[in-house]
Amino acid sequence: MSDPTLADAINRSQHHGLIARITSQQIFWVFMAAVFACLALTILTDSFATERNLFNVTRNFAFVGIIALGMTAVIASGGIDLSVGSTLVISAMTVSVIMSAGMPFWVGCLAALSVSMLVGAINGVLIAYAKMPPFVVTLGMLSIARSLAMVLSDNKMIYEFGPDHDFLLWLGGGATFGLPHPLIILIILAVITAFAFRQLRWGQHLFAIGGNENAAVLTGIPVARIKVSVYMFSGLMAGIAGVLEVGWLGGVTTNLGQAMELTVIAAAVIGGANLAGGGGTAFGAVIGALLIEVIRNSLILLGISTFWQGTFVGAFIVIAVAFDRFRQEKT
Amino acid sequence: MNVLELKNISKSYGAIQALRDVSLAIEPGEVVGLMGDNGAGKSTLVKVIAGNFAPSSGDILISDQKTVFHKPLDAQKAGIEVVYQDLAICNNMTAASNVFLGREPTRKIGPIKIVDYAFMRKRSAELFARLKSETRPRDLVHRMSGGQRQAVAIARTLLSDAKIVLMDEPTAAISVRQVAEVLNLIRQLSDHGIAVVLISHRMPDVFEVAHKVVVLRRGELVADKKASDSSPEEITGLITGAIETA
Ligand SMILES: Nc1ncnc2c1ncn2[C@@H]1O[C@H](COP(=O)(O)OP(=O)(O)OP(=O)(O)O)[C@@H](O)[C@H]1O
Ligand SMILES: [Mg+2]
Repeated sequence: MSDPTLADAINRSQHHGLIARITSQQIFWVFMAAVFACLALTILTDSFATERNLFNVTRNFAFVGIIALGMTAVIASGGIDLSVGSTLVISAMTVSVIMSAGMPFWVGCLAALSVSMLVGAINGVLIAYAKMPPFVVTLGMLSIARSLAMVLSDNKMIYEFGPDHDFLLWLGGGATFGLPHPLIILIILAVITAFAFRQLRWGQHLFAIGGNENAAVLTGIPVARIKVSVYMFSGLMAGIAGVLEVGWLGGVTTNLGQAMELTVIAAAVIGGANLAGGGGTAFGAVIGALLIEVIRNSLILLGISTFWQGTFVGAFIVIAVAFDRFRQEKT
Repeated sequence: MNVLELKNISKSYGAIQALRDVSLAIEPGEVVGLMGDNGAGKSTLVKVIAGNFAPSSGDILISDQKTVFHKPLDAQKAGIEVVYQDLAICNNMTAASNVFLGREPTRKIGPIKIVDYAFMRKRSAELFARLKSETRPRDLVHRMSGGQRQAVAIARTLLSDAKIVLMDEPTAAISVRQVAEVLNLIRQLSDHGIAVVLISHRMPDVFEVAHKVVVLRRGELVADKKASDSSPEEITGLITGAIETA
């Protein structure tokens, strides 16, 4: 560049030093907490660092992580999606019912993902065009989608999946190169989501809407369309997790994914998604989900009653938000 | 040639007549201080010029051509940009992203169009340099001073070839030092041949930058004077009605 001062202005940023920059990120501390918890568990118990347990942990957190990617998009755009647990079950039921009727996997999967996106689209239209509060709309959907899943399956357990039965179980429960498939899919989806957040106009616009919706409107961003797409994205992520979870469990009942929304929101928020809108990363959602699963697993291994789980998840949400507050006051 | 001319503009909201027969001409690079008491019709006039709503009667001429705006985008295409009172800025994003908000340039990688950050940073650095502002493209707006935020909002108007920039109370809620920064930005725009309409209640600010001062009182234009031929005392009298017209 010919003009050195201009080049300097372009490249300079407020952050000085890499270390200061990294340690100012909430996600760094969350990651350290997860690493610390893993180390402590390895020392305190002989059951944590076993291959079998680690396999379970990675697979379990993958489901929460996948949905947390969608939740992060919704939260970053200034909304909330309480219907993800119900979207997961309606997706799981759709693929199960279709496959148990003798159809191939791809038909069931396509239908399940379409239904999930439709759920998201309905949420999005009511929120963006009818201007209803996201909390109310998705709370209603939480009830409706689960009830429809019960209607669809007649509330029976399904565990026969027709000709592609083995494929479905391999997809959700199997592993390649020692990595459980849900984890592999989580990694792929996280990379795609990170790319979309950072590199696409879609990402720019959704963060702009979350930051200052009024400004987004005034600068001509198609706010309503973007909002609908964000809820559809969230629905799609829950739908993918639903299909995978059926394969992992080898059967599905209508209480699948109950109260899951809270864990997912906790994962997103712990990972740095700002409930006031405008902040969040794909990587953060994954790390947040990981920390929650490690804590959950440690409660079990340390012989602490699983009744305590809710206390931990709830406390985490509050602590993460408090942390964010504290950081904002400081700057 | 005038960049903008208003001929007998009237605007009423139902029974309230907010503007009555307002006529005004603005030349390229001219800074116009638009003054008046609360409710005098200043914001209404700006909104008519910006295409937010059509006048009840009267004509708008852009570069001596009669023009009708049906929506703000029409006015924007005609070279009229607005710096909104709340600046329409996203605190969670960088200065460069804010300058290009809603108009992000993209480049193609295969079938995918990705945001061209390098171009955005380069172009906004050029615009900030043109405005002689210290604002840096990569910085988050969240940590910026009021003056830098103004620079971001004004740089946005320079992206498209603006002929007129309308500013509604840009100096209302910022510190003295930042006011000086904003006034400098206005001078820079004027030096580049862009006309500025500045609404302000602060007499010293207006007299520091404006070439001419226009006073509205209860929807009527009661003065249109060169700043050098007038004084803060006279304008105050015109605003309150102590002086009838000038
Ligand atoms: N949307 C509206 N509907 C009805 N009346 C309005 C509307 N906007 C403005 N008015 C009225 O029109 C008149 C002029 O208002 P305007 O906002 O243009 O004044 P202003 O000079 O900008 O005042 P201020 O200094 O307080 O910003 C006022 O009597 C106001 O109450
Ligand atoms: Mg006003």
